[in-house]
Amino acid sequence: MIEIKDLHKSYQMGSNSLHVLKGINFNVKEGELVAIMGSSGSGKSTLLNILGMLDVADSGEYYLDGIPIKNLNETKAANYRNKFLGFIFQSFNLINYKTALENVALPLYYQGVGRKERQEKSMRYLEQVGLKEWSHHLPSELSGGQKQRVAVARAMVAEPKVLLADELTGALDSKTSYEVMDLIQQINDQGNTILVVTHEDDIAHMCKRIVHLRDGVIVEDKKIEQVRASEYVQ
Amino acid sequence: MFSRDTWREIFTTIRKNKLRTFLSGFTVALGILIFITLYGMGNGLLNTFNEFFGDDATNVLYVFPGRTTIPYKGYKSNRTIEFENSDLTDIEETFPMFVEHISPRIFRTATVTFGEESNDYTTIGVDWGQQFAEKTIIMRGRYINQRDVEEKTRNAVIGRLVEVDLFEGRTSIGKFIDIGGSVFKVVGVFQDDGGDNEERQIYIPYTTRQLIEKNTDKIGQIVIQFKPELGYTGAMALERNLTRFMKEKKFISPDDQNGFFIRNVAEQLKQNQDFAGVLQLIVTIVAFGTIIAGIIGISNIMVYVVKERTKEIGIRKAIGATPLKVISTILLESVFITTVSGFSGMLLGVALLNWIGDRLKDDYFITNPFISIGVAIFATLLLIIFGGIAGYVPARRAARIKPIVALRDE
Repeated sequence: MIEIKDLHKSYQMGSNSLHVLKGINFNVKEGELVAIMGSSGSGKSTLLNILGMLDVADSGEYYLDGIPIKNLNETKAANYRNKFLGFIFQSFNLINYKTALENVALPLYYQGVGRKERQEKSMRYLEQVGLKEWSHHLPSELSGGQKQRVAVARAMVAEPKVLLADELTGALDSKTSYEVMDLIQQINDQGNTILVVTHEDDIAHMCKRIVHLRDGVIVEDKKIEQVRASEYVQ
Repeated sequence: MFSRDTWREIFTTIRKNKLRTFLSGFTVALGILIFITLYGMGNGLLNTFNEFFGDDATNVLYVFPGRTTIPYKGYKSNRTIEFENSDLTDIEETFPMFVEHISPRIFRTATVTFGEESNDYTTIGVDWGQQFAEKTIIMRGRYINQRDVEEKTRNAVIGRLVEVDLFEGRTSIGKFIDIGGSVFKVVGVFQDDGGDNEERQIYIPYTTRQLIEKNTDKIGQIVIQFKPELGYTGAMALERNLTRFMKEKKFISPDDQNGFFIRNVAEQLKQNQDFAGVLQLIVTIVAFGTIIAGIIGISNIMVYVVKERTKEIGIRKAIGATPLKVISTILLESVFITTVSGFSGMLLGVALLNWIGDRLKDDYFITNPFISIGVAIFATLLLIIFGGIAGYVPARRAARIKPIVALRDE
């Protein structure tokens, strides 16, 4: 599903250049649930942003579902993001003046899906994350866990090929974190490919594979025995 | 781009962001309102101005006698200059190219009596051409005519207020009044926009006045109506030539400024028009200053609005909004708000001007303030267009920011 060859990225900090990614080689197959781990500054978020086409690599190759991702202008990148990718952010990034339902429906709006279908589909996904009764509430009326579940529903609604989650439990307490991870595992069980960036060990062990990044290179890449989050959830 | 969904999205945003909507709408509405009010008031001021100075005919020269101050050709100084009938014919014969009509004016104050009522009025001995110089409007009857002058009839034309004073509502035409001891027949009643004073005057034939005064040939002032096609420069040339001619005829030193005086309405008219022009200029500058202030105001708000929405733009881009979509949504929203509020402000301003009407006339010299609908719409469109441009620039920049940078914005 994802194929990366010799990916480099550096940031210009005034006269200094900060080499963040120093040649990443990395493949993800369909249906995988991968945790990308590393301390802060290891380049894990940069890698995720490049995978999500929110940022561009300096050199290297990137194929998403067999399509080469390069020389994208903003319009093309926006269309690819819309079709192929779903994002979940640490700070939720919901639009604060839109209700849960409207937030979930937004990717479909940009796909040009009709209003009625948009609402039906969004409602279905909200129901799946257990927030059907909260569909007409604003983000400010929801708890952190609920907000992140709305974000998950929004990431899922366009039926993307890959789900990218950046520290999705970073702003949540551990109980809520496990609830959200339980949801992620259920989505993965349905066959969706998911990449999770995290620096928390317990979250990483709820995935099926852990990739360790240190100073811009992959130092470890291993398959693990998945811990089911449902064990921690009543 | 203009689908129902786009509009629904825009209306949702407008509804959910009331403060933002209010700020930009209020700025535009207020800007247009102030512009229209100021501009209209300026026009009202001009109206009053024109009303004040637009009364008398503009192609008229008044010649007043004076006293000499310089001895000349054996005459001592301090000699009183008088005009006589021969001056009229001489001027007419010397300047046939210039003069359309020439008439004398002899001012005398006289006690006028009708029945029990009696009062002092200014009587003016005139000939038939005087009516046009003063733009006198006949309400009833007729003005002094050529036959009156030639036959020295005892006919009088009285002002509207003279009739009110003496006749107390009854008709005056055909009645006989006593003017300074002579009996005159009222043949007409006039009104004049020049004000109450001019409606308390009585016109009689100047020849009759001369007859009463022992058949003298002296006249008070000379009123020369020149051909309107002469224009300002022609009038000035006539004034120069007339001065030279009269000084020669009356033996006045060429350097003597006080032998007689010429009041040239054309000159005054030009000054008045220049003054009105400056007034108009000031009004225009102030009005455009307001519009520019409005443009700056809406620009600031648009920059602020886009800045405030940077994160939202980042979110929208991350979930698949193209830059075009982002820009068009922001622009449509701002143009919609400025259009609605701009035209509301415009209508409010026009309504305000209509309401003012003549209310400010007496105290503030503002008559019937108005703005032409073309200027009003032009100003409104200007504000909308500049609001759009002011929104487009930061919106385009925001749409170009990489989503991760925009998402980091707090």
